Amino acid sequence: MSPYATSLIAIVKREALRFIHQRERFVAALVRPLVWLLVFAAGFRAALGLSIIPPYQTYITYETYIVPGLCGMIMLFNGMQSSLSLVYDREMGSMKLLLTSPLPRWWVLFCKLIGSTAISVLQVYTFLAIAAAFGITMPALGYLAALPALIVAGVMLGALGLLLSSFIKQLENFAGVMNFVIFPMFFLSSALYPLWKMAESSEFLHSICALNPFTHAVELIRFALYLDFNGAALIWALLATAVFTIAALWGYNPARTGLGKRR
Amino acid sequence: MNGLRVRDLSFSYGPKQALNTVSFDVDQGRFCALLGPNGAGKSTLFSCLTRLLTTPDGTISVAGHDLAAAPRKALAQLGIVFQQTTLDLDLTVRQNLSYFAALHGLSGRNAARRIDAALDKLHMLGRSHEKARALNGGHRRRAEIARALIHDPAVLLLDEPTVGLDAAARAAITDHVHALADAGTTVLWATHLTDEVAPTDHLVILHQAQVLAEGTAADICDGAPLQDVFLQRTAIPA
Repeated sequence: MSPYATSLIAIVKREALRFIHQRERFVAALVRPLVWLLVFAAGFRAALGLSIIPPYQTYITYETYIVPGLCGMIMLFNGMQSSLSLVYDREMGSMKLLLTSPLPRWWVLFCKLIGSTAISVLQVYTFLAIAAAFGITMPALGYLAALPALIVAGVMLGALGLLLSSFIKQLENFAGVMNFVIFPMFFLSSALYPLWKMAESSEFLHSICALNPFTHAVELIRFALYLDFNGAALIWALLATAVFTIAALWGYNPARTGLGKRR
Repeated sequence: MNGLRVRDLSFSYGPKQALNTVSFDVDQGRFCALLGPNGAGKSTLFSCLTRLLTTPDGTISVAGHDLAAAPRKALAQLGIVFQQTTLDLDLTVRQNLSYFAALHGLSGRNAARRIDAALDKLHMLGRSHEKARALNGGHRRRAEIARALIHDPAVLLLDEPTVGLDAAARAAITDHVHALADAGTTVLWATHLTDEVAPTDHLVILHQAQVLAEGTAADICDGAPLQDVFLQRTAIPA
């Protein structure tokens, strides 16, 4: 086996092992979107009227509307969680082991990204299965069609996590990420309400939502779940992935960082 | 040259100069002690040697490979034991070593054979299935040294590997690593403890970012105890 494949398998396996060891993380990752789906959406469905917008062809319940957004939420949280684990790795020194291996640095970071995406996708499918058990279902083939969309969204949000981890120097600063990255990204998107609803209230907020890469990740997943394809969302998501990845590679450049610095 | 060669290496954190034209050589199969008080620049030097930090000033060559020009070839020849433990405490010793082996492209039977050999060298084979968390400080260190040997590196770097260990564990690890040097591995051992240096060892004294002395420990001491020589030469005038 090539050294690249060997290292990829090892890094993904370690991410998976670490995830399994943290059972609370798995439970929390599932409980969060389920609360939104089964409590928030139930209370909200009466307040929010939805018209028929693509990719939907009939009237849908609010629960059905927010499922793709909650898939995105799982991936957003997971991306940030892996970023947290990278900062932890750096504080604990295990990052040094990765960065001093004779593999190109971009490959090491790519392996980390694949590992975090795999975990994200697994969580999303678990969530979709539970939602289906509660009667919130998608077209059967949609579950399969969503896989590439979920991978794109997972890589995009993982790359964002990677980028943040290269700039966050200490674990304590992580609470700020929650407030300044996760919440604005989630609420300023089409995850909980369609963009035309937002436009009715504020044109300005609507334009922010339309620029937010998370909106495009959610739309990509939404269209795929209904066996439809949203080309614009894909291009936006890929563009954002490229920007996040290039910035993260720059962030991890040894000439720039003080990774070896004693703290 | 097959050992380690550092030439005119300088590095600064902003205005603070951490390394100032540092040069020294460690021949193949030599045990070189890098002795310096806290803050002398040892850890910065280690970060440069392991490419966690890079600097345009100076060159580092590992087993004949220039670290800046051929970083992957040079890193493949390096075994590194960091000052801070880098074992994953939730994994067993063997899982930790397998993970590391994979980062060096080793897998399957080849990796298993090398892991066994490395653990055996450090008398850790019997503990390979214990979780790293269950090991005491001395055994964790040994597991880390074994890990650094899996890919058969030409040069072994250890950054204050005995910090926090009791006297017996310290002596055992120092002896183990001296034996590795006798068997042909080039060793750079950073420390601030003079009793870890044998008279026949190569010695580099680092102080305030500069090399104060380089040579055989016995030559540098010239009959005086190393402790006294070290304290005298690194004393900062009041």
